[in-house]
Amino acid sequence: MTSAHPSAAPAPGAAAPRAGGRTRRRRPPRAWLGALPLLVFAGLCFGLPAGALLYGAFTRTDPASGATEVTGEHLHRSLQGPYLTSLTGSVELSALNAALATVLGVLIAQAVVTSRRGTLRGAVLTASGVLANFGGIPLAFAFVATLGISGVVTRLGHLDTLGWNLYSFTGLTVIYLYFLIPLMVLVVVPALDGLRPQWREAARNTGATTWQFWRHVGLPVLAPSLLGGFVLLFGSAFAAHATAAALVGGSVPLVTLKIADALSGNVLVGQENVALALSLDMIVIAGLVMAVYLPLQRRSSRWLH
Amino acid sequence: MAALTTAAPATEAPVPVKARRTRPRYWRGAVLAVAGLYFVTPLLSSFVFTVHVPNQGLTFEAYSGILSADGFTESLFLSLSLAAATIALALLLVVPALVAVRLGPPRLRAVVEVVCMLPLVVPPIALVTGITTVLRWGPDHFSRTPLYQTFIAVQNESFPVVLVLAYTVLALPFVHRSLDAGLRAVDVPTLVEAARNCGAGRAQVILRVILPNLRSSLAGASFLTLALVLGEYTIASLLGFRPFAVWIVSVSGAEARMSVAVSLLSLLITWVLLLVLSRAGTGSAPSVPAAAGTVPAPDPGKE
Repeated sequence: MTSAHPSAAPAPGAAAPRAGGRTRRRRPPRAWLGALPLLVFAGLCFGLPAGALLYGAFTRTDPASGATEVTGEHLHRSLQGPYLTSLTGSVELSALNAALATVLGVLIAQAVVTSRRGTLRGAVLTASGVLANFGGIPLAFAFVATLGISGVVTRLGHLDTLGWNLYSFTGLTVIYLYFLIPLMVLVVVPALDGLRPQWREAARNTGATTWQFWRHVGLPVLAPSLLGGFVLLFGSAFAAHATAAALVGGSVPLVTLKIADALSGNVLVGQENVALALSLDMIVIAGLVMAVYLPLQRRSSRWLH
Repeated sequence: MAALTTAAPATEAPVPVKARRTRPRYWRGAVLAVAGLYFVTPLLSSFVFTVHVPNQGLTFEAYSGILSADGFTESLFLSLSLAAATIALALLLVVPALVAVRLGPPRLRAVVEVVCMLPLVVPPIALVTGITTVLRWGPDHFSRTPLYQTFIAVQNESFPVVLVLAYTVLALPFVHRSLDAGLRAVDVPTLVEAARNCGAGRAQVILRVILPNLRSSLAGASFLTLALVLGEYTIASLLGFRPFAVWIVSVSGAEARMSVAVSLLSLLITWVLLLVLSRAGTGSAPSVPAAAGTVPAPDPGKE
């Protein structure tokens, strides 16, 4: 803004700080009004449900008297028994998937980055952009057709006699990797591009082995992107619901399935608010994920030019 | 790099250099082959699954029956109209806000960014719990006020506005990111000032000066929103509506083959849309990461 009007700051010395104020005079007086609809919308459609969630998670209304009291009971209950199992199940599944996808994604990304063929690179990146968007119901059904009970690969390889079961923790992992790996490739390719070939040459010239290069140069430089990617994948897998809902029903304990169950009314009377408390637990975990991810993303973007 | 690696053999035996050069190639080929196998197999076997019935042979019934299937056109039409409304609403909200951010007080930028990114922290299933709670207030607290009519209208079976609102919330991060990147390349204050000096009104400035500069990021935001709405299942199914994704699940019990066929088709359509989007730019190198750049964040609507 100031660069567009260098003459707007002619005042020397002490008057310099006022220059910003002076350019501001060009701002239309009520320019911020343009943001008002967005803020009102967010307050109504995002703030209201979020507030209701918070309120419901911490209060209990007596159906007979209509009196409302504050209670930590729902939250307490959401961290016990089957609810706790579903939370830890979701965390385990997401962490395992994110770790696997991080490793595999980096391998693929490295293979693409070191290849000198531009077409391969373009094809893999485009495919990743597309596959990372592939989730939910269609993905679940594609895998049912492939590895389900009467799936094509299951029949060809007689996997059922080997004890294969798609509707399990392992099955979900195989499916989740299908959109997590491409996501990781997208995240990590710019970071791998940032590894200058000169660094590797410098390392080699000083007598470092490949392993030493990665241990002391490559991985430390990549660390923020890798961790950021991991956290992002974790969040993505953690929030996933449709794929699991279409596939496993209740056979794998996942927090999203438990919440959906509770919302559909399959819950003991008086425990409806536990769904709200569980959602709050999820938001806290997802919030932590984002709190780690955003600073890391900013930090890793330092290498992206 | 080449200069340095060819300089090395003078002092070293040539064998390790050769090994160093060829080993990564096998490694790369193996990684890409395994990855290719993993990503192609489900698509191929889905297709085989839909056209080959064991003990009967080839048949294309799963595809030919789709159009006449019960509820298909209704649910698809519902999803498409929801998507259109969501795209319109999201753009109407975000474009003026982002322009205002560039013209107004500096602090507004941070506020708008936080507001648009917050939905990333709330998984769709948590959002839908909140929405259900709010909707329950209708009959509980407002049944005697005019507001009650709003609660009813919002949940109209034939066009559930509540879904449009929820999807817009989910789409905000992606729309914001895409448009913000597009606006970064435009000097908005100067453009606006120039247009105003030429006598353009506010609406004219937006419609004829700002928007044409944003064409590709508007397309990007719209395509991503479309993909998000077409694939969304969680919110719609829990609120009891029946757009496309919910319909596929409901039909899967009786018509397993058809549900896979429809899944495959919807995938292909989404992919073609996204490919068009990634080519929609100039076709230059940054366009692929730019299209993809809007993706690396948990896409809340998809799973």
